[in-house]
Parts: sequence; structure tokens; C-alpha cells
Amino acid sequence: MQNYEFTKEELAKIDKIIAKYPNPQPAVMPVLWMAQEKFGHVEPEVQQLVAKTLDLTPAHVYGVASFYTQYYKEKKGKYVLDVCTSFSCQACGAYDTLHELEEKLGIKAGETTEDGMFSIQSVECLGACGYAPMMQITNDVYVNHLTSEKLDKVIEGLKQDKLPEFEPIPLVQNREPAEEK
Amino acid sequence: MSAIDWKSYTPILIPNIKDYHKIDVYEKHGGYGGLKKILKDQTEFTPEKVTNTVKDSGLRGRGGAGFNTGLKWSFMPKPDGGPRYIAANGDESEPGTFKDRVIFEYNPHSFIEGAIIGAYAMSITTVYVYIRGEYRSWINMMQKAVDDAYEKGYLGKNILGSEFSVDMVVHSGAGAYICGEESSLMESLEGKRGYPRVKPPFPAQKGLWGRPTTINNIETFANVPHIINNGSEWYKGIGASTHAGPLLYGISGHVNRPGVYEYPSGMLITDLIHGAAQGVRGGKKVKAVIPGGSSTPPLRGDSLEGVRMDSDSLREAGSMLGTGGMCILDEDTDMVDFLWRVSHFYHHESCGQCTPCREGTGWLEKTLLKIKRGDGTVRDLDLLLDLCSQMEGRTICALADAAAWPVRYTVTRFREDFEARVKKTVYALA
Repeated sequence: MQNYEFTKEELAKIDKIIAKYPNPQPAVMPVLWMAQEKFGHVEPEVQQLVAKTLDLTPAHVYGVASFYTQYYKEKKGKYVLDVCTSFSCQACGAYDTLHELEEKLGIKAGETTEDGMFSIQSVECLGACGYAPMMQITNDVYVNHLTSEKLDKVIEGLKQDKLPEFEPIPLVQNREPAEEK
Repeated sequence: MSAIDWKSYTPILIPNIKDYHKIDVYEKHGGYGGLKKILKDQTEFTPEKVTNTVKDSGLRGRGGAGFNTGLKWSFMPKPDGGPRYIAANGDESEPGTFKDRVIFEYNPHSFIEGAIIGAYAMSITTVYVYIRGEYRSWINMMQKAVDDAYEKGYLGKNILGSEFSVDMVVHSGAGAYICGEESSLMESLEGKRGYPRVKPPFPAQKGLWGRPTTINNIETFANVPHIINNGSEWYKGIGASTHAGPLLYGISGHVNRPGVYEYPSGMLITDLIHGAAQGVRGGKKVKAVIPGGSSTPPLRGDSLEGVRMDSDSLREAGSMLGTGGMCILDEDTDMVDFLWRVSHFYHHESCGQCTPCREGTGWLEKTLLKIKRGDGTVRDLDLLLDLCSQMEGRTICALADAAAWPVRYTVTRFREDFEARVKKTVYALA
């Protein structure tokens, strides 16, 4: 079993997070995020580390971790492809996109490829309804206006550990484009 | 400025100014001017006066319920020296809603300024900005904007040399629709499962950590600096008389140019579809419009004439303004499929606290799945409506209602689609 620990620097960062709230308990969500960033998931052992660090019961941390879908309670692929299939995306063909992605990677939504590179999930509304169909990569980058070619490009890039670039929200109401973000 | 003149409207919440998200550019265009004006002359701009100005402007919450913002602020009890909080709601999880993200990216400082003004009006000590976890890139943008505001002295101790101090903390959610409900949001901020609380006590009496708290939407706060700068009369002159101000309309679905648009409230739905969004894809007819997020009852495409995007007009038409996140569905849309997907969402997102919601959302989804697969009967349609009656108004929060309304109104308004999918019931007479 892997031994999960926070470094001294990370513990100092956690102290700073705790200071933003009247008591340590609210830090549980940010610290779970930190742990997931570091270990790639928040399996029960990681939850116990978070509980120990914040002096909370493991039951409380489990309760929180299991309530929120973005915390991975089990190991996932290196890149988790979350395809939004909520109704605005559904109307714009999100299920076709999802099934195409499933075919390309040879797995179904909810599964992980054998090499541990990719997981696919069908998720609820990601708040990008006007740019459908779209997906989010490992709780991070949004990829809008998905097409078959764009999917290929993204998958090829990820195989070489290259995340797609940030796409600014396309504002359509008479605008000049902004410079860098 | 009325919605009739929408073509010549100049956006103020997402103005067409390059790099407006940067604090220097925001300041150059008069940003933080409202806050400076208030703090410079606090005997003139007392907290009561600021609250009343916002109240008189007719600004109504942009998160869905549409309550008068200034009135909400006035519910806060008198300061007793202890901590008081604002929780700014950037959870934005209602399907079909994608407007606050535009503020995070293109105009974060007008939100920050509005929230600081709100903090001044209510003697707040800390503002927590709760943003859904999926918006990681935009959480980072918001954090950068908050850091910049601290550096310039708009946040922190003794703001701009005055006696007034307030802190702002950006807090990330982690994927739970229910945390957009105000009491669930507070539970989540306290580091717990996001279970909605029983009301009363209302947040103004007992909110975060048992202290007085006000929860407002991100877009709501972004409106506040404009009200302070230009006065409540000016603001009242924008858009519909009972729902003043500009609105961010998020238009999605089968239109040629989907996206977020800023126009005065009270826009004709037909102007938004055929004008702003440049019509339906492929020149098809509109079958249904969901006016303000998945929980608002869908309107039939043949009942849109003259319906305006303000709460009164939509109530008359049999729906709600909600978040202003519109989804347009064309004539080829399968309403059974659509409704099943909406019910799947609510089943997935029910927190499980109240039985009518936990079980009801599941039965709605199961029954709709049965109809979708062609195994349903006409009696299932009545079962769906009966389930809705068992859910509405019987739970701690409004999620059960939000799940029931689209079912009730899609089944009744598009009944022919559902009847076409269920088994024929033929009885042979002996």
C-alpha cells in the first residue's frame, strides 16, 4: 500500500488555507482538491490523510468526498474526458460525440483504457451550453465545439501529454478579441 | 432604454472594451469609481442610503428567484460587532445557464466592486465567492482579479484609507448542482455535504457559522457599481419596468449563433431567437423554448408571439425567467428524449435528504426511460403527473419542484409526442 503524505511546504500551504475560514473544517474541500492534484485521486487512504491533517474524523471526510462528483474516489485514467450530455449539449449531438469518443478509445463511458491513459465520463451540465458539444479534460481545460477531427487532434495531443490550449469564451455580440489572458 | 431598441443597446456588463478584465483597464474606464465615491463621503453615502439606492433601482436577483436585491440586503440585522458574511453564488449549475462564467473571464472587477459595495452596505467582514469546481480556469482568473484588487487596496484592511475593511475569499466547489441552492452552498462552504437547511431561520438571521449572511448571484453584484455611478432612476429606465436592468441571456440549442448576449430585460423571445441568435439552424421551426434553465417550464414554439423575457410576461405565458439561460429546440427534437435527459439530471443531483425528491426523481427518470424505449402506456403519463404532485412543495429545498415542473409542463404541453411513443391500448369487446 502506498504511503500518502503531505510535504512541509504543502502543510504550510494548508495552514494558509485554514486561516481563510473561522475554523479548520471548511478547508476540507480545498485540501481534498490539493490531495487529488498530488495523488490523482482521493481513495480512502488519501481521505484518511486529509482527516488526520485537518483533525477531522475519517467519516466526515468520506462524507464530503463522496458527496461531490469531481473527487475521484477510485483511480482514474491519467486524462479523464468528461463529455457534457446535458440537454443543451444533447440537442447539439453530444451523445454522438460521446459514442464516437468511446469508439475511438475502445472503452465505454465510466471505463478506463488498459494503459491507464484515458477515462471517459458522461457528465452533467458544465455551463458551456452555447458552445456544444464540448468536454472537459481532468477537471481542467474546456474543449468547445467538438468535431470528429477535433477529437482526434485532442487525443493525439494528450497521448504526448499536451493539453489543448485554453479557449476564450467566444463572445458573439460585436466584440474585438482580447489579448492574452 | 427599452428592449424595443435592443439593436442600438451598448453592453455594460460585458462591454466591448479590450482587456477589460485587467484591473488597470477597468480603472481607466471609471472602474472602482462607485466604491471610491461612497468611501470618500460616508456621511452622505451611509450604508442605509446605499441599500435604499439599490432597492429603489429595482435590481432583482439574477440567480433564478428574482428577489429585490436591496430588499434582501435590508433584511440583515443591525451589526453587533461579530462577523457577518456575503456568500457570492457562482455555482451556476442549472443546465442551460452559462452567463456568470463570462463575467469571471471578461469583467471580474465589476463583480468585485459590486460585492465590496454590498459589503459596505451590510457591514460585512468577509465575502466568500463560491464558484463551481468545474470552472477551474475561471476560478484562477477570479483569484488573480481578487489578488490584484488586494494589491491596489480595494480589499483588505482600511480600504482606500477609510475605516472600512473587508476580505474576499475564492472558494471552489467540487461538482454538486445542489450547492447553488443558498443554504446548501453555506453547508458546503462550512466543509460539509451540501444538504440544504430548513428555513426559517433565514440566512440573514443564521447563515454561515450561525452568523448573518446574504447570498447574491455573481451577475447581481456586477450590476451594483452601475447603479451607484448612475443612480437608481437611470437603472430603472433600462428594460422592463418590473424587472429593471440589463440581463445576460445565454442562448443555446438549435440556433445559428448561440452564446451569451447582454440586452435590456424584457426582450421578446422572438427577437432573441431570430434577431440576436440569427434564427434557427437550417431555417427550421421552433418546437420549444426553455426560457431560463432546465427547471423552467418549456414553452411551445407556437405560443411565443409577444412573450417577453421578464418575470411577469413569462409568468403569464406559463413559465419563469429563471437564470435567463434559454435553450431553443427545433421541430425535429424528440421531447421524450429531452425530458428523459432533464429527469436524469435531477435524479443524479438530488441530495437524497427528502424522500419525495430522492425517490420521486428516480421514478420520473425510470418512467420516462420506459416511455423512451417504447414500453410505456398512456397510464404512465398520468403516473408522471401524479408523481409531480407528490413532489411539489413537499421538500426542504426547491430541487423537487425544479425536477417536477419540466415534467409536468412538457407532458401536458407536448402530450402528442408522448402519446405517439406509448403502446396503443386496444381492448377487444367480447
